[in-house]
Amino acid sequence: MIGIGARERPAALGLAALLLLLAAAAPGFYDPAALRDLLLANAPLLIVAAGMTLVVLAGHIDVSAGAIFGVAAVIAGVLAREGVPVPAAALAAALAGGGIGLVNGLLVTRLGLPSIVVTLAMLVILRDALRWTTDGAWIRDLPAGFQWFGLGQDAGRLLLLAAAALIVVAVGWGLRVLGAGRALYAVGSDLESARLLGLDPDRVVLGAFTAAGLLSGLAGVLNASRFAEVPGSIPNGLELEVIAAVVVGGAAITGGRGSMIGTGLGVALLGAIGTGLTFLGVSASWERALQGAIILAAILVDTVGPVRRRVARGAASHA
Amino acid sequence: MLTVSHVAKSYDGVRALRDASLDVRAGEVHALVGENGAGKSTLVRVLTGAVRPDAGQVTLGGTRMTRFTPQEARALGVVAIHQHPALFPDLSVAENLAIGREPAGWLRRVNWTARRDAARDLLARVGAQIDVDRDAASLSLPEAQLVEIARALGAEARLLILDEPTASLTPREVDRLFELLDGLRREGVAIIYITHRLEELPRLADRVTVLRDGATVGTHEVAAIEPHALIRLMVGREVSSVFPKREVPIGEPVLEIEGLSAPEAGVHDVSLTVRRGEIVGLAGLIGAGRTELARVLFGLEPAARGAIRLAGRPFRPRSPSGAIALGLAYLPEDRRRHGVVLDLSVTANLTLATLRAFSRRGLLSTQAERTTAARLVDALGVKTASLDTPVRDLSGGNQQKVALGRWLVQPPQVLVLDEPTQGVDVGAKAEIHRLIGDLAADGLGVLLISSELPEIFGIADRILVMRAGTIAAAFPRAEATPEAVMAAAFGRPPAA
Repeated sequence: MIGIGARERPAALGLAALLLLLAAAAPGFYDPAALRDLLLANAPLLIVAAGMTLVVLAGHIDVSAGAIFGVAAVIAGVLAREGVPVPAAALAAALAGGGIGLVNGLLVTRLGLPSIVVTLAMLVILRDALRWTTDGAWIRDLPAGFQWFGLGQDAGRLLLLAAAALIVVAVGWGLRVLGAGRALYAVGSDLESARLLGLDPDRVVLGAFTAAGLLSGLAGVLNASRFAEVPGSIPNGLELEVIAAVVVGGAAITGGRGSMIGTGLGVALLGAIGTGLTFLGVSASWERALQGAIILAAILVDTVGPVRRRVARGAASHA
Repeated sequence: MLTVSHVAKSYDGVRALRDASLDVRAGEVHALVGENGAGKSTLVRVLTGAVRPDAGQVTLGGTRMTRFTPQEARALGVVAIHQHPALFPDLSVAENLAIGREPAGWLRRVNWTARRDAARDLLARVGAQIDVDRDAASLSLPEAQLVEIARALGAEARLLILDEPTASLTPREVDRLFELLDGLRREGVAIIYITHRLEELPRLADRVTVLRDGATVGTHEVAAIEPHALIRLMVGREVSSVFPKREVPIGEPVLEIEGLSAPEAGVHDVSLTVRRGEIVGLAGLIGAGRTELARVLFGLEPAARGAIRLAGRPFRPRSPSGAIALGLAYLPEDRRRHGVVLDLSVTANLTLATLRAFSRRGLLSTQAERTTAARLVDALGVKTASLDTPVRDLSGGNQQKVALGRWLVQPPQVLVLDEPTQGVDVGAKAEIHRLIGDLAADGLGVLLISSELPEIFGIADRILVMRAGTIAAAFPRAEATPEAVMAAAFGRPPAA
């Protein structure tokens, strides 16, 4: 059942084309150390994207993902500096992310507020709360056991990549074989139908937001562990990059359609294109523009494609 | 003034209009009547340029309609007022009245004083005292209707179409509306008046045209035709058992409703019983409260009073999931929107309501799902390219088979079906009827809401008629006639 369907195909083809082009024109891209750094930089992003996939499948959006990511890192850093054992600090920070996600979900389901408004408000609250507490200063003087969880660089890197891989497999598998995964597709595709079939849409949406918060928090902690200090502010535009990756991976922004594989391909494509451009000798300032063009293309494929098909089918049925 | 000749229109192979003809004179109120689904709405859509007919001609004031766009209809002076007023809720009354009339240049400045004055003039002409600065959302239904009529005046309507405008008005408001229409008639406006309330006709209409199965069956002077003759014209087809009815033994009561009222849903004091193996047909006009009753039973609308017993045990509807857990399933009316999940595959749709049956310790067995889905697709004769095809790609009849077939996995005690064959082609219709019969034979109680009399007469064991939110009449199958059922639905005594 693990396969690349029609929705994931454009991202897969785009990625394949990019990798082939790089192999031909800039083999330096395939330098093991450079590739490893690229993977390490994108692994946390992939974890956030896994959570975002759940929210988007449910027909919602979470623009507070980047803020949760940043806040969780600061929580982990502060707790560790205050003497809490690092694993406990990391766990607490990830759970705090889950708690923020739960609040997002409660506001969306109980009050019926649009998720973009709720999570935008959450983004602003978290960003300014953080600015007020840290004054933008980095969290320094962390215990030695903070970076790479005290495992050393090699084992730490391995842990990060393994965690990302495990989460992607778990989410992809869960979407296929858990009743909750099926419910997520049904609710995102047609909330009213799902309700009439006896599913509880509120619980599904609440679960998606909570899981997304948890994964964003976890990603923030894992990312922070790569360094000896934690930035005191939230990362800039991370949520947009993640949402873009989900959409590029073939998910419908209206919910109900998409997959973990697609999101993985989306993250890989958007992640590789920046570094790839540098290797191809294109100025890095084109990176954002090109990413934007890819997102636009993904949306066009999603909306124009079905219209074409519908028109074609309509014509056939009249013939 | 208006001549419609031999207009036909099909949607995706379903014929909504076959041969509709109509002529309306200036200064006439012309009533248009027919059963649900007779094609009245489609005819209105043709006249207002919302759809282009497949065949036939429409001539208005000597000009033949060629493009069938809303702009063309508007230019010819056609204005339609629907049962639910179509005002822009967030705009003021004055803005609503100005839309489409002011010079529409994007950069033209709005003259607010002139706009308000014009709005006040129009409202004065319909005799309404409404503050033109109020938001349309704050208007009551009669007020909104008056604003719509004022808008029609402003548009200098030559042909005014009213689609059941009195459905939610009080008798006094109805009187005012009729006076207003009398005034418009004197001004030479042609009026098409669509209604289910036959008792309104003598007071208001000059002539009446009856539509049946998408075709005109006749136009009569209102003064010269009796109401029961009109009803016979509307029903007037051979109602025979085209769908083979399976005779099954009827068992003990499985759904008992006693004095159920839900004022918010418009359901009043409904009592009925459905027994095991029994198919109870629920007839009535659109808006009689049949769908609302189903929604109350399914926990989608709150009930105020009454008692429900499901398989002998007291049942309080709270949520769809609770109803399903206790054995009450509901197949909603709007299949494309709510009956199936269009993006999900045939397999996923068939198993969605009973996921637990396919799970062990929370994990779905895709193998078990596929086995069951393959068996159901085979048994139901669902025409699909594969089990993984999204239901979106299936025809209406096959979508409905999937929607029904899912209840075969773990049959409920009671199945409430709301217009199960609406928009389904004839072949699939017979198969769906066979399927409903099979479910009843398995001991289910079936409550069948249908606006198609042949369907109800074909497969129901008993026929209940709803009107104005309550059960107006009940007939055993042997004693029911289409005329008697329609008379009960229209609230008129049956003809002697």
